[in-house]
Amino acid sequence: MSEESFVSLTNSGPITVYVKDGRIIRVRPLVAAESEYRPWTIEADGEEYSPPRKVTLAPYVHAERQRVYSDNRVKYPMKRVGFDPNGKRNQHLRGTDEYQRIGWDDALDIVSGEIRRVTDEYGSSAISGMTSSHHNWGIVGYKLSAFLRFFNLVGYTPVLDNPDSWEGWHWGASHAWGFFWRLGVPEQYDLLEDTLQHAEQLVLWSCDPDTTRGIYTGQDAALWRQWLKKKGVQTVCIDPFYNYTAAAMDAKWIAPRIGTDTALAMAIACVWLEEGTYDREYIDNRTLGFGEFQNYILGKVDGVAKTPGWAAEESGVPTRTIIALARDWAAKRTVLASGTRGGQGGACRQAFGTEWARMMVFLQTMQGLGKPGRSIWGAGTGAPNETETWFPGYAEPEGRISQSSICRETPETPTRQRLYRLLVPDAILNPPVKWMGEGFCGRSIEQQFTQFEYPMEGHSEIKLWYRYGGSFLSTMAHTNKWVRMYQSPKLEFVVNQDCHWQGETRFADIVLPACTSLEREDIGEWGTGHGYTYHASNGCNYRVVVRQQKAIEPLWESKSDYEIFRLISQRLGFEERFTEGNTEIDWCRKFFDLSDLPDLMTWEEFNKKGYVIINVPKDYKSTPALRWFAEGRPCDTPDVLNPKKRTDRAAEVGTLSGKIEFVSQSLTRFTPDDDERAPTVQYHKSWEGHHSDAAGEYPLQLITSHPRYTFHTHYDSHTPWLNEIPAHRVYRDGYSWWPVKINTADAAARSIENGDIVRLFNERASVLCSAVVTERVRPGVAHSYISSGKYDPLEPGNPDSTDKAGCVAMLTPGRLMAKKVAAFAPNSCLIQIEKWNG
Amino acid sequence: MAKYGLLVNVDNCTGCYNCVIACKDEHSGNAHLPIAAAQPVAGHTWVRVEPREQGTGTKVRYSHVPISCQQCEDAPCIEAAQDNAVYRRDDGIVVIDPVKAVGQKQIAESCPYGAIYWNDELNVAQKCTFCAHLLDQGWAEPRCVESCPVNALVFGDLEDPNSRLSQLVAAGNTETLQPELGLNPLVSYVGLPRPFIAGEVVCSDQPNECAVGARVTLSGLSGETTLVTDSFGDFRFDNLDEGASYSLRIEHDGYLPVEKSVTLSSAALNLEAIELTPS
Repeated sequence: MSEESFVSLTNSGPITVYVKDGRIIRVRPLVAAESEYRPWTIEADGEEYSPPRKVTLAPYVHAERQRVYSDNRVKYPMKRVGFDPNGKRNQHLRGTDEYQRIGWDDALDIVSGEIRRVTDEYGSSAISGMTSSHHNWGIVGYKLSAFLRFFNLVGYTPVLDNPDSWEGWHWGASHAWGFFWRLGVPEQYDLLEDTLQHAEQLVLWSCDPDTTRGIYTGQDAALWRQWLKKKGVQTVCIDPFYNYTAAAMDAKWIAPRIGTDTALAMAIACVWLEEGTYDREYIDNRTLGFGEFQNYILGKVDGVAKTPGWAAEESGVPTRTIIALARDWAAKRTVLASGTRGGQGGACRQAFGTEWARMMVFLQTMQGLGKPGRSIWGAGTGAPNETETWFPGYAEPEGRISQSSICRETPETPTRQRLYRLLVPDAILNPPVKWMGEGFCGRSIEQQFTQFEYPMEGHSEIKLWYRYGGSFLSTMAHTNKWVRMYQSPKLEFVVNQDCHWQGETRFADIVLPACTSLEREDIGEWGTGHGYTYHASNGCNYRVVVRQQKAIEPLWESKSDYEIFRLISQRLGFEERFTEGNTEIDWCRKFFDLSDLPDLMTWEEFNKKGYVIINVPKDYKSTPALRWFAEGRPCDTPDVLNPKKRTDRAAEVGTLSGKIEFVSQSLTRFTPDDDERAPTVQYHKSWEGHHSDAAGEYPLQLITSHPRYTFHTHYDSHTPWLNEIPAHRVYRDGYSWWPVKINTADAAARSIENGDIVRLFNERASVLCSAVVTERVRPGVAHSYISSGKYDPLEPGNPDSTDKAGCVAMLTPGRLMAKKVAAFAPNSCLIQIEKWNG
Repeated sequence: MAKYGLLVNVDNCTGCYNCVIACKDEHSGNAHLPIAAAQPVAGHTWVRVEPREQGTGTKVRYSHVPISCQQCEDAPCIEAAQDNAVYRRDDGIVVIDPVKAVGQKQIAESCPYGAIYWNDELNVAQKCTFCAHLLDQGWAEPRCVESCPVNALVFGDLEDPNSRLSQLVAAGNTETLQPELGLNPLVSYVGLPRPFIAGEVVCSDQPNECAVGARVTLSGLSGETTLVTDSFGDFRFDNLDEGASYSLRIEHDGYLPVEKSVTLSSAALNLEAIELTPS
């Protein structure tokens, strides 16, 4: 057989897959003729900036071949030995039990039989299930597509997601500037051009775009930041960790204590107020409630002026540094990068992260947000981008085989009961649970105030839990609760469907082998799911839509997710309603026909070639984000979901008043008495921080950032090539350990040397890591990524066991961000570290 | 005939490790005979990336130095090999013959850059080939270079004066790793981390103000440099020599000058806050 090549798409970009004799031999960044790319050009200060004619990928995607052939694949349907659907279920053995291989027919009979049994005995609300995000790209096989269609037909209790990467922006910033249709994160249109042309300074505040990479947009933006560095734009990094972007840009480092960023921000505002160095005209015309904010900052409300001296005490940053930063920021056109896509960052995932995110909005507002060089930009998005040609993304209903108009039927689950992801273990173990807010809710600001209770009156508790993927032990908070949940007899049946064995997989009764996206047909666009991140492909230099071609047959006995759901629905008697007669490639064709792609090429050509590059038009017209607002014009950006666009209120932002609200009208209306997320921004000492009583016993603050060398937990447990990246895992004594960074002084005080195996512990958990002794974290701070793909307890089955694999999420608090904010706050985490001599 | 070379721009490198993993994708488990046998799954990084942390406190720099076979014109591995098991192609690429080199562990031990690896399973020495098997098929560059998102790796023909590589090399300021060995590598570097001295200037009568615009002069054997403190009162002298002694003088209008003797005993020195008193 000769060599063939196929095109596919990953979490970080398009790839060309080389196959020889039925085996993948090579995976490259998309191979396309240079003539297919038409680079845009940005002119700034006499220079022309233009991207290369290629796509870039994140490192882990280069290990795609190993991910596919990994020995850690779920190869066959497996049954837990102690589980007998007709006899003893032995739920307490989940996590310790062995597995036995069974045939597909047996596996499908058990799964479909349990779905029927539980539905008949308890009603369909007793069934629930949840997916991880992005284990494979592609809008046919994605979680919101095939999985959702199947479970809506079954009938189940959906689990509401929380926006875990940008909690504070959703629950906080949206009450300051709207953008609830983007879950609190701002539009980013043309901010690369604005920054190149106008910025004199870039402040990276809790922001490491070199690591988070626009989330899905490969590394195209790394070159943009290099342009800014070479252009001489001064960069300041505010972060307890001297992160990779700061290092690449040789940034000035300001390292506050964790939990004190809001105090630092308020002190900057204080300097501007005292020195009169803010944009008064903008404040007068574009904002609401500034006087109350001013009174609070100047100490007229609580008697505490939020001065640089006060913030220095809180944050550990010298007073003079805070004043210098404030003056520089006011004097120079300063772009604020406060998280990938403008909003995110670890500071928004800690106690009262709502207040930090609001302060980020308010600081730039005081300097004329939207004016040239005065933006909130993610430093990894906002390139010139073609926005006319529509192709559906997974985050909009039209991009799902569950809800799209390409379906004859779009089934909806009959139950109104809901679970909340952060509270799933509590809901199973200790019902009832209550919470306020839908989590991912972008239709209105009111959705943040919806009251929920589980179990809902007249509905069943969950008996059947269908897990798709296995990441939560490493991505949620206080996650040994999940271990306890899995061992509860209340969960009568647990399924896990995945490509690889991950931390959570070994808690399932039946494990179903799913194939990777290289073993099935799909379709998708690079870098964007649309929905709440509309036009996120502007984190890439080019738009690329890919017909994700099946490069090889499914390995071992794995099947595509769609095929697995088809086979179960066959046994449940609704196969035709699930498929509507469509194969996966039929669905691909229907999405193609639905989109604007037929204007660019025929299906036959697209299907054969595998991709289309959509270039920026020659007459491209730039519309920088929020410039329209700063200039009092109707919104002219392509932000299609902005509900005021094309109305008589199009010049307003998305708050109730249409202005940027220093006194939030939505909080005033819905939770006027909330003293934690009050209508006016406030600084609260962290409920788990350096002031806490627990800081005596657990004096180190643990920060758990998004990972640099994996995507969530994906690629960790199944791509040993990555283990040779020393910042990813550290090999010692026959084991690849998860690294934790600890300051030189803190290490010395504990007799810890670089490379030592150390134990991180608090009252919640105990986790082993490899110590990286460094100056890159400030004293009192430990840094580790929140994404170990493994869970390897020293005592399997014991939820309180020390974990060897680096599941640092077990240490983080399960407490919600604030009384009325249903967000998680893993970065408010006190621990102790000791040398481990186990 | 082309003569291939590689320029590593450390200033551009962000430490993404794309090059390391792309190399594994090309070579791990894939034999490309007669250029290279298959790289084992673990233990070989034909291109490795070494992180370099310098400095203390908030005056740190963090860089990454990619290191692969330096394709030396006077290669110790060629000398060490028996039976011409290591040879240089006409295009400059040094190749370890995967058949002839079987059993010749001394080849792996001969490289002063640690760029040759021993394959226990195949009993052979192995290293970066510049992906010669691909160049021979008409590829423009090796996999590591293709995957680099930031132009930290520039590959090209040193004989072609119009190649981007030649132009960058001609622009000067390139250096080689361990030049004292005199091995004439075809791999060159820009921006290798050099020692620095950094600090901050504060005024005793205005402890809450950064001393902006103070003149800081560093003199040593290689001359004298004067900087002005930035808006945070910070200064940093780059490209210094480890082990060297310097004298530092700080002048600021209205304040007594301060002089200090400093020895750069490590890769970087943070002098912390230096206080000036009014004159």
